[in-house]
Formats: sequence, C-alpha cells, structure tokens
Amino acid sequence: MSAVIENHHDDHHHGPAKGLTRWLYTTNHKDIGTLYLWFSFAMFLIGGAMALVIRAELFQPGMQIVEPEFYNQMITLHGLIMIFGGVMPAFVGLANWLVPMMIGAPDMALPRMNNLSFWILPFAFFILLSSLFMDGGAPNFGWTFYAPLSTTYAPPSVTFFIFSVHIMGASSIMGAINVVVTIMNMRAPGVTLMKMPLFVWSWLITAYLLIAVMPVLAGAVTMMLMDIHFGTSFFNAAGGGDPVLFQHIFWFFGHPEVYIMILPAFGIVSHIIETFSRKQLFGYSSMVWAMLSIAILSFVVWAHHMFTVGLPLAAELFFMWATMLIAVPTGVKVFNWVATMFKGSLTFETPMLFAIAFVVLFTIGGLSGLMLAIVPADFQYHDTYFVVAHFHYVLVPGAIFSIMAAVYYWIPKWSGNMYDERLGKLHFWLSFIGVNVTFFPQHFIGLAGMPRRYPDYALQFADWNMVSSVGAFLFGVSQILFLFIVVKTVMGGKKATDQVWEGARGLEWTVASPAPYHTFTTPPKVD
Amino acid sequence: MNPEAKKTLRRLVIAVPLMFAFGFALVPLYNVFCEVTGINGKVFQSDNAEKLVIEDGRPLGLQFISTNNENMPWTFKPSEDVMTISTGKYYTATFYVKNTTNKTMTAQAVPSVAPSNAAAHLKKLECFCFEQQELKPGEDALLPVRLLVSDELPENIENIILSYTIFDVTEYDDEAVAQHMHEEHHEMEH
Repeated sequence: MSAVIENHHDDHHHGPAKGLTRWLYTTNHKDIGTLYLWFSFAMFLIGGAMALVIRAELFQPGMQIVEPEFYNQMITLHGLIMIFGGVMPAFVGLANWLVPMMIGAPDMALPRMNNLSFWILPFAFFILLSSLFMDGGAPNFGWTFYAPLSTTYAPPSVTFFIFSVHIMGASSIMGAINVVVTIMNMRAPGVTLMKMPLFVWSWLITAYLLIAVMPVLAGAVTMMLMDIHFGTSFFNAAGGGDPVLFQHIFWFFGHPEVYIMILPAFGIVSHIIETFSRKQLFGYSSMVWAMLSIAILSFVVWAHHMFTVGLPLAAELFFMWATMLIAVPTGVKVFNWVATMFKGSLTFETPMLFAIAFVVLFTIGGLSGLMLAIVPADFQYHDTYFVVAHFHYVLVPGAIFSIMAAVYYWIPKWSGNMYDERLGKLHFWLSFIGVNVTFFPQHFIGLAGMPRRYPDYALQFADWNMVSSVGAFLFGVSQILFLFIVVKTVMGGKKATDQVWEGARGLEWTVASPAPYHTFTTPPKVD
Repeated sequence: MNPEAKKTLRRLVIAVPLMFAFGFALVPLYNVFCEVTGINGKVFQSDNAEKLVIEDGRPLGLQFISTNNENMPWTFKPSEDVMTISTGKYYTATFYVKNTTNKTMTAQAVPSVAPSNAAAHLKKLECFCFEQQELKPGEDALLPVRLLVSDELPENIENIILSYTIFDVTEYDDEAVAQHMHEEHHEMEH
C-alpha cells in the first residue's frame, strides 16, 4: 500500500491543550489510546502483584502468607483485573492509536463517546478494588463467578462487583461501537475491505463479538443482582431456577470473550512478522477468512467449559467436534505466519522476538486446548492446573506478548524515539524464560491431579510449584524493566525515522514520527 | 457524521439492548430445550400416561435418594431405598418427612433423575414436588409420588435413580415462587 500525503493543512489546527484537563476532556484518538494503554499497564501491574501473592503462597505446601479467604479474593481479582483491566483496555488503546491511522481517517467516528468509554473505566476498577476493604472482603468466587457461589454464598461486596462489571461492559460496548462505525465509514478512498490492514480486520471482528456478548454478560450479572436483592430465582434451585443455567449464559459470553482477547493479537503479529521478514504477508485473504470463521465458531463451543456438569452424550460430542474444528482456521494462521517467515530476510528486533515467541507459545497453548476439548480427557483435566497452564499460555505469551510486541513496534511512531534495543531484548528474554518457567510446570502438576483455586496442595506437587513460583517472580520483576524501557523511550532516545522499520508497510508509517496530533485531516490517496 | 455512519451507529445501538434481551431469553429457551429433549434430569407432571400402561413390561431397579439442602433441618428420607418395578405399570412410593424444629416451616423438594436420558420416560401423575409442604413444629407426613416408567426407556438402562433435594423456602414463601413452580410443572403436560 502506498500513499501520497498532504500534510500542509495544519495552520488552522491546534495542538493538545495543556495540563490535566487535556487528558480529562480529550477527544483525540491518540490521547485516548495513550490513556487506555497507561491504564491497562497500571492494571497489569496491580493484577500481576496479586498473581505474585498467589505464587508466594504456593511456593511451599501449607499455609504461609495469607488466609485462605484472602487467597480466594486474590485469584478472583487477579482474573478479573487482567482480563477486563489489562488485556481488553490495552487492545482498545491500540485500536484507538492505530485504526484511524491505518485506514487514513482523521480520528475515531465518535470522539466524545470515546472519551466517555475510557473515563468510566477507572471508576469501574476503583469500585472493584475498593471491595477489598469492605466487610466480608472482595469477591471470592473466581473470575467465572458461578452461581450459587456468587449469589447465595457471596460476600456482601458482590453488589459492587456487579456494578463494576456493568460499567466495564458499557465501556467495552461503546469502544466496540466506535471501532465498527470508524472502520465501516471512515476508510480513505481506496482502502477497500480486502485491502484493510489485518489489525483493522481483527478489530472489526472483535468489535462485533464485543457488541454481541458484552450485553449477555450484563444480563447474567443483572440476573445475579435480581436473585440476590429482589427475590427472583434465576439460579436458585429452591425457587425453580437452575445453577447450570448460569454456566450456560456465562460461557455463551465467556467463549467469544476468549477470542476477543486473541483476535487483535493475530492482527498485530501478522504486521510484525511481515515487517521483519521483509516480505508480503503470506495468505492475506485466508487470514481474514480464518478470523471470521474463528469468530463464528466461538458462538457454538461454549459448553466445552462445562463437560462435567452432566451434559447428554450428543451435546458433549457436538461441542467436542465444534471445538476441534477451530483448530483448522487457527492452523491456517500459524501456517501463514511460518510461510511468511520462510525464505524471508529475517531480523530479530524486539517486536519480532515477541511475535515469534507468540507463534510458538500460543501454539503450545492451542494444543493443550485441543487436549482439553477431548471429552473423556477433560473429565480428568477439568479444574486442574492443566487448565491453568493452558489458558495462561494463550493469554500471557499469547495476548500479553502481542501487546508488548505492539508497544515495541509502534512506540517509535507514538513517541518519535527508538527504544533501547539492548534493554528490549533483555526484557524479552527475561519474560520468555519467566513465562515458561512459570507455566510449563503447571502442565505437569495439573496432569498429576493438582486442582486449581486452592491455597494449599499435597506434598507431591511441591517441587514444580516452587519452580513455578520462581518463574513467576522472574516474569513479574522483568515487567518493571518494561516500564523503565517505555518511560525511557517516551522521555528521549534516538530519533525515529518516519518509516521506522525497513520493511514496514501501511499508512501509519507514512506520517511523521512522532505522529502529529492530527493526522489525515484530508484523506490520503491509496492505490 | 455522514448519514451512512449514522445508519451503522443506529444499527449497532439497537443490537445492544437486543443482545441484552437475548441473555434473558436464554432462560425460557433453556427450560424449553430441557423439556423438549428431556435432558437435565428434569421431570414434569404428565396427566395422560394411560396409553403407556402395558402388562408385560421389563423389570427395572428404581432407587430413591433424598438430600437436605444446606442447613435444612427436617428429617427427609424415602420409605424404601430401592424398589423393583416393571415398565408400563403404576407405582406409588412414599417419602417420610418431619419438621424437627419448633417453628412452622415451608419446604420445596426439587427432583432429578439419573441417568438423564431416563428423565423423559419417567412419568409422574402425582408428586409432592409439585407443591410446597408446610409443616408445623414436630409435625410429620408421608409424601407420595405416583409414577410410571414408559417401556420406551432405552434398553441399556436397568436402574433409575430418582433423587429429591429438599429446600427450606420459608423465606421465599411468596406467590411469585409458587406461581413459577406451578407454571413450570404444567408446561410439560403431554
């Protein structure tokens, strides 16, 4: 894609406002993207600190550091914060920064709603975190908040949890609507659907998934609210309700949610591998179709999370085969990434290292997912550390590595400065080793039968738990290095060129570095 | 904003409450799905099982299990743990229940059948689980369930377990819950 830019229309535009109100009132997609990214970084550190409390407790068998009740609150908040506060806002932040620049639009379609959708998020997480200081403690029923654990047996703070989920949902829905309206209506002339960069495609599909399932999540927590406070019995067997119904509704949201957290990663990794292979991406249209089929299939596989609730045989078979079918489009994507690198002129800058690690480690997480899809095997693996290992492999070296890769890849465009390559590589290797030392042993202890969500365990699991905890602290500490690298890059460093990377393609690389406050106020020409 | 964008926006904004409503629609859909397929071990009242009565049914073990939910203090147990029955015949089983507390309480029993694919073939004409039981302090009762197992039961099933969990619904004892239970049991009259 090549473009001719006319950027001499800046005379009647103003730069950013000064002071705190710039951030409070901003409707600029780049400012809001920055806010989202910093917010998600803060949540990543808070959720990470909670993970370290968990791993510190599990360093040895027996109860050492925290009370079991507090441990339960930590696993619950860790999950909720990392998913809704870490990964999802980070992707929305990237979408804000990149989608308008990639399609040659001046801003998001609904800038004021954009401001609103960001600024309600801190309140949601303030409410959620404040529940730690309430009587009865924070929510302690796991991030999946199964009824009746989250209704009949929940601490009083569950009501605050419900409202915070409502706010997070509203924020995600507004963000998603904004992305769809922007992509569908504000592409520069010549940017046809099948010429859109893959990150834009991945976000278009993700946004539709969000609009489809976040309201269902809102419905689920509303039903909980009614059961708890208004005497209904959606999930209460005594009143004619059914706790298994909760799981169906939750996972109808929950499974598409899993792909909401990985599709944008697919987009990011495609761009990075293409750039550092100095080749055109292999199989662009098959990438688009793969993402579309994954998104559609995500609506018909939810019950693979509930194989052990007593589903009839026909349902178990259907959900098993439907789940395995997802391996096909995912395999197409992995094949395309490898084929793009094949015979490419590869260089291994930090973003590329994270992207390659993504392909390898995400595939490992995908394969353990296939194992879990096998019904009889799942009866054994269900609720063990094998499941923990599986979803951390797809989320940490999957989603989070892709976000880190994206930050290294685009930060020269955002800040105008190159990051420190030596430190970036150090951060990568520490993270790579840390993540594998943390999560690979969890496969072993899971297969050996260690259940998840307990603060204590039998002696035979001691060795691998200790290894896992050491890895977790290594991974955790190396993220401080990441923070340092990002701050250092924003403060200064070698100036980046406009194209930044030799093999970089796409409209965002045609504007100046750092990207001006307003870009593409007149649409670029795209062949 | 151009009119095209407004149109996209309008569609998406309409989709959100629709999906919210869809979440709630999953509740009746779930119940209908369970009724139609007979899964989930849910048993519903049937009034005309007469045509299922046959003389030479096959023998079958019918086991009863009773469970007290949470802190439900009542005594609750089947009169017989196991019955040998044959398909296509009516039987009456009873459960003994006693309010061991010193206050009047209301209870609701919720049934479940295992294996779940037997549920559709277990026909109940009467069941104490179709209504709530109110017992005074120290009062006891024998609660009947009149049932028939259809001969269409899959061949490989030789034993059926009928389980009841008894819930304390004294606090819930309002018309809405009663109405809800009532409707649910009558939706399934064949």
